[in-house]
Amino acid sequence: MTAVAVLPENKVHKGPFRGVRHSLELTKRSLIKTWRTPEALIDVTVQPALFMVIFVYIFGGAVAGGTHQYLQFLMPGILAQTVAMGAISIGVNLNSDLEKGIFDRFRSLPIARSAPLIGAVLGDVVRYVVVSISTFAFAYLMGFRLHASPVHAVAGCLLAVLFGLCLSWALVFVGMLVRTSGAVQGIGFLVIMPLTFASNVFVGVATLPGWMQGFVKVNPLTHLVESMRALFLGTPVGDHVWWTLGWCAAFVAVFMPLALAAYRKKV
Amino acid sequence: MTDLMVEAEGLVKRFGETRALQGVDLAVPRGTVHGVLGPNGAGKTTAVRILSTLLRPDAGSARIGGADVVRDAQRVRSRIGLTGQYASVDEDLTGRQNLVLFGTLLDLRKPAAKARAAELLEWFDLTEAADRPAKTYSGGMRRRLDLAASLVGRPDVIFLDEPTTGLDPSKREDMWGVVRTLVRDGSTVLLTTQYLEEAEALADEITVIDHGRVIANDTPDRLKRIVGGQTLEVRPTNPADLEKTGLILAAVATGGQTAEQTRKGVLSVPVAGDEALTEAVARLATAGIAVTELSMHLPSLDEVFFTLTGKPKEEVAAA
Repeated sequence: MTAVAVLPENKVHKGPFRGVRHSLELTKRSLIKTWRTPEALIDVTVQPALFMVIFVYIFGGAVAGGTHQYLQFLMPGILAQTVAMGAISIGVNLNSDLEKGIFDRFRSLPIARSAPLIGAVLGDVVRYVVVSISTFAFAYLMGFRLHASPVHAVAGCLLAVLFGLCLSWALVFVGMLVRTSGAVQGIGFLVIMPLTFASNVFVGVATLPGWMQGFVKVNPLTHLVESMRALFLGTPVGDHVWWTLGWCAAFVAVFMPLALAAYRKKV
Repeated sequence: MTDLMVEAEGLVKRFGETRALQGVDLAVPRGTVHGVLGPNGAGKTTAVRILSTLLRPDAGSARIGGADVVRDAQRVRSRIGLTGQYASVDEDLTGRQNLVLFGTLLDLRKPAAKARAAELLEWFDLTEAADRPAKTYSGGMRRRLDLAASLVGRPDVIFLDEPTTGLDPSKREDMWGVVRTLVRDGSTVLLTTQYLEEAEALADEITVIDHGRVIANDTPDRLKRIVGGQTLEVRPTNPADLEKTGLILAAVATGGQTAEQTRKGVLSVPVAGDEALTEAVARLATAGIAVTELSMHLPSLDEVFFTLTGKPKEEVAAA
């Protein structure tokens, strides 16, 4: 009786993986959009380069006694910071996309409500991959050198990409909560900025006052940065990777249901 | 089994202090076009959004083809197509990519989705522009792509929310042609409009709503009869007979009204019913007056709306 059933059986997908397939189709939509508007990637490509130049050449001598040493220390931190900041844009984009008719279309289709959000989040993988590549490339030009195998480097970058993906759900939640995309930007910045500075991104944890160290040591970004430093520079990884993965799981477990609930309520 | 494809009873929706719908009933039989007519802010779009599962009603219930729009929303979604006032397609995707995306989301396999997209692009005369991003399309093209997008799944029930608002008259005619084709192929169409002529041209039945309430619901013809009397128009062959014709018309008119010359050489007079026509024909024949034009007119829907809402149409159009 349904409209879809009118179509010949062999032309119609069936089975339990409809939701996954719909999400992947919508991921493809995001990728096409990114491909069409490459200028949207400027923030994630130029920003890390800018930050590395500013921090390495201005603070390098003072903080680490030399620009090269500081670049080696800073590069994983900048990558983590850019990924975290990059996650803000998904909240901003989804917030403004909701106002557009396309979301009405999605909601009038017999697909899971979550599929468009999941598609958008997964589509952002490309942003984080671009961040990793461009940060690495620029850091290499500035003199950064790996002290580990390329496999380790790739593993470190993948960890950053995963972190960005999982953190996105927190920003998607903010994007569903507030009214304007400007507010999403503002709130996102207010949350991400302290996270990146009150961490080991720019300086060693030991140099910080004791009360701040308490925060820095649980800061998810600290663990991500420690993991990447170890993977890039060939030092022992310790349990930072597990901490990072734990945080990733926590972001998804907490913020994905919240974001989906807020989305349902909003529309 | 009832053959109502759209049924709604007592739909109520509030947005804060605004009462968008205050108990709206609708019933649309299969294979018909139902016009929902009203000014801006009357609640037309709210009603369509509830029927298409985008909004939950605060009270009342609605069913599409028997499936409840709240409890059985996914089933409703699998059989409706929605075309909003604003094009709901992805501007960054090409026309073809949009249609293929919606096809795959409706569980068509890739080749089937592509074939359906090509078919719709052809029908809506978008084949040439198919591989350009939708943001490069003109207003009319976007509207056609949007309608095409809502037809990908061959829906039983199609909601058209002000489908021709902002289109120029020739494009409007094209859209009307599409609606007629859809109905001929068995679809049921619920159309909202602020254009009275549009409802008159397309709808089998019209629901007039104002301030979230149904103020009339009937066929276009009966609506017009309810609202007012008819007009008899006569054009005598020989203009010299105008005066004599006028006297005859005055004799059959309601309440002793006199005939007026509305167009050059044409006299018109308000009459009570069809008997007046017969009477006039007999008297004209007796008097030996030849006529080239003789017709009965129902009041225009514009007048219907004025009578029903107590607001002149200008206000409606400007609102």
